[in-house]
Amino acid sequence: MSIWAVMLLGGALTYLTRLSFIWLQDRISMPPLARRALRFVPPAVLAVVIFQELLYHSGSLDLSLVNTRLLAGIFAVIVAWRSRNPLLTIAAGMASLLLLNLLFSFLGI
Amino acid sequence: MASELPPMQTRGSQFTRGVKAILPILLAVAPFGMIYGALARQSGLSVAAAQSMSFIVFAGSSQFVTTQLVSQTIPGLVIVLTIFVVNLRHALYSASVAPYLQHLPARWKAGLAYLLTDEAYAVSILHYEKEGSAGNQHWFLFGAGLGLWTCWQLSTLAGIFLGAVIPASWSLDFALPLTFIALIVPALKDKAGVAAALVAGVAGVIAFALPYKLGIITAALVGVAAGMLVEGKK
Repeated sequence: MSIWAVMLLGGALTYLTRLSFIWLQDRISMPPLARRALRFVPPAVLAVVIFQELLYHSGSLDLSLVNTRLLAGIFAVIVAWRSRNPLLTIAAGMASLLLLNLLFSFLGI
Repeated sequence: MASELPPMQTRGSQFTRGVKAILPILLAVAPFGMIYGALARQSGLSVAAAQSMSFIVFAGSSQFVTTQLVSQTIPGLVIVLTIFVVNLRHALYSASVAPYLQHLPARWKAGLAYLLTDEAYAVSILHYEKEGSAGNQHWFLFGAGLGLWTCWQLSTLAGIFLGAVIPASWSLDFALPLTFIALIVPALKDKAGVAAALVAGVAGVIAFALPYKLGIITAALVGVAAGMLVEGKK
């Protein structure tokens, strides 16, 4: 499947999701269970990607203390938690990864 | 007639109020658009494809995940399914604004649905709850939605060209998990949400080896179940 087909199908499904209840309001209603579940979808999906990116970047599980992405990611979580500032979080994470990589290559790790 | 409405209620003024309500949020959205544009180019998408995704899908998180998946050899249908699941939350927004849009003609419903992003929804639902849906309130949602849309397209474009000049040694791909950390950590307000994220993350590590990256959706569903379990205990 080409990237264009992926975008058109993914875009169409996204649009239909946004249109769903606006269009069919008097004919369908959202089950309470679905309403409860949908709230958890964004944190769950994004967390999966975060964990995989931090721990599997090399292609295999890396839980060691020389995994600079893991260390910088944990630092970013702390910054995000304390500051609640998205830009500061991204800047702190990028800067700490660059510094850790420099430091570790200097130390020869 | 529009001229008989109070000044705050005309189409133009509602539209302007919508734009003004979304403006401060655009400051935070623009960098994400630029990061998306840059990552899309670095993942191998053409300029046209990178920009078109912002136009066709128009949903940040799912566009980021897509750039990650296309840089590997993942079957297209799995990417489509992942985009669908990541964007399922929009059904909540759709259900939430639906009562306020019922009186509108079909073309308005169709157009506003396209503009129903996280941010446009967030500012518009507050407006609707305060002022109701009579009159020209849909112009507020239109203004907020179009403001965000314009910002997203332009920042994507800027990111596409920025991505070409950022050296590989900067590890720009690390901006993907950082963006997601910046998005979800401040939004985790209760134990159930934290449980959903942590369980999903650990499940994602365990399920990493599942074929075609199906581990993402599988682990996310486990996390959603965990969140509901914790919430249900209260």
